[in-house]
Amino acid sequence: MAEISMRESYGRALAAYGEINPDVVVLDADTSSSTLSCFFAERFPDRFFNIGIAEPCMVDVAVGLALGGKIPFANAFAALISLRAMEQVRTCVCYARTNVKLIAGYAGLSDFKDGPTHHAILDIAMVRVLPEMTVIVPADALEAGKWVPVVAEYQGPVYLRLSRAATIPVHNDSLQVEIGKGITLREGGDVTIIATGSMVGRSLLAAEKLAKEGIDARVLEIHTVKPLDVDLIRQAAEETGAIVTAEEHSIIGGLGGAVAESLCAGRPVPLERVGIADTFTCTALDPESLMDAWGLAVEDIVSAARQVLARKS
Amino acid sequence: MSYHPEALIAELEERARELRIACLDMIYRRGAGHPGGSLSAAEIIAALFFHKLRLDPKRPDWPERDRFILSKGHASAILYAALARLGFFPMEDLKHWGELSCHLQGHPDRLKTPGVEMTTGILGHGLAIGTGLALAARLNGLNYRVYVLLGDGECQAGVVWEGAMVAAKYRLAKLTAIVDYNGVQLDGPVHEIMPLEPLVGKWRAFNWAVLEINGHNMRQVLEALDTAAEIHDRPTVIVAHTTKGKGVSFMENDSRWHGIPPNDAQYAQAIAELRGGA
Repeated sequence: MAEISMRESYGRALAAYGEINPDVVVLDADTSSSTLSCFFAERFPDRFFNIGIAEPCMVDVAVGLALGGKIPFANAFAALISLRAMEQVRTCVCYARTNVKLIAGYAGLSDFKDGPTHHAILDIAMVRVLPEMTVIVPADALEAGKWVPVVAEYQGPVYLRLSRAATIPVHNDSLQVEIGKGITLREGGDVTIIATGSMVGRSLLAAEKLAKEGIDARVLEIHTVKPLDVDLIRQAAEETGAIVTAEEHSIIGGLGGAVAESLCAGRPVPLERVGIADTFTCTALDPESLMDAWGLAVEDIVSAARQVLARKS
Repeated sequence: MSYHPEALIAELEERARELRIACLDMIYRRGAGHPGGSLSAAEIIAALFFHKLRLDPKRPDWPERDRFILSKGHASAILYAALARLGFFPMEDLKHWGELSCHLQGHPDRLKTPGVEMTTGILGHGLAIGTGLALAARLNGLNYRVYVLLGDGECQAGVVWEGAMVAAKYRLAKLTAIVDYNGVQLDGPVHEIMPLEPLVGKWRAFNWAVLEINGHNMRQVLEALDTAAEIHDRPTVIVAHTTKGKGVSFMENDSRWHGIPPNDAQYAQAIAELRGGA
């Protein structure tokens, strides 16, 4: 069976959930055929609002719908929600604590063909500092769909970060997701790889490679970058003594930053961060080679694990 | 044209005068606030809160209530003065505006102050948020109206016009915007900082119904609010020509009074002028 993309799984789950929950309304900023909120729009045209190329306005309209008791899912490209609409998100969503769900599509490098203007490699850092915000990054298509009802039924602002692409499948249908609860995908005692989003599948591949070298790597999926599952991370630090973080995001301010903050408040251990260096990226012909080119290859995780092990006392 | 009895006009004019005195008192006491844009909105606020809006101060979350968003959130003093008089919170609280333990923030905060529909202060948000509230009313089958009070300087923000397009697209007839067109902003006259004219033409071009009034003439304010409620195919904007700092001679039309409090002598003179109008 061909893998479906994260956006398609999300789009189908949203349309299906629309049947169950009549309070869900959906907005888009002229990208519904990209974010695939169009599936919901086709089924519920009266509950879908296309605001045009005006992301800040879309967020404000969503705020009004939330004030009126609706559960708005506001869809747009991650780069635009987290930058152009950021003031709306801070003031009217987070500070005013309105029940708005920001669905940030085309995240990371997944819009490979449109280039750095469209890549979203700073967004986790932008939204993670917002008080009241919950930040969720699914690892694969199946998980993306699972979040729809959970996000809708949670009371408060959410940033759900979705890839345009089909990432490496990690989960099966028995998966149950809970906000703030990390998932141990592989046990191991030598080092812990903490990953989010598309880098979870790559981290599992890295762990297999490391096993062949006799290195026993634990793999944690942290889908909720905020609030962070600090207990699970500190336990891994204590038990394995070395940590690698992996994310399709700048190495500044994202998952790696969040993990470092949580460790320095407890008992720090050596930490290596796999992510995009502090730089802008480029256009490519496919997302996989683009990720590989910017430091997100499986081999980058493997070598980060070797480095952190060398630092482990 | 609607008819409003003289007694109602006189009562609301007196309310407007009372609100002006109250907000100057609050700004003087706190040593901070925005007198100019509070004074210019007094008739509009009085007409809405003491006559037009369907509100129940005992139930600030009554689903059927009309919604008012003070998009020009810096005029918070006059909103607070009105809400306290209606009983949303004790009048005593007005004396503690801005204190650490007081719910009354520099700008309105929906989570802290009963009766505040939406947190505002950063200019430009109110109209688009109002469109969302009007869309929710339509989906929920509720009959409330949504009123958004905008500053004129605020209309320089692009997102205001994005919201205007949304309201027109969805023909949100239960949404009424009011522009407090006092012609003065923080740095100087609006026509020098960034001209808005033709403002009426702009709103018309955005497919809104436009009513143009003297925003200090209570009869015109009331008639415009009534007329807006009778337009059923599009949203209405009331462009209300006002005077910044209205009622206090030395504050009128002077941008220096956008956001500073009066000193002792200025306060005494301002109150005397406002009381003298009785």
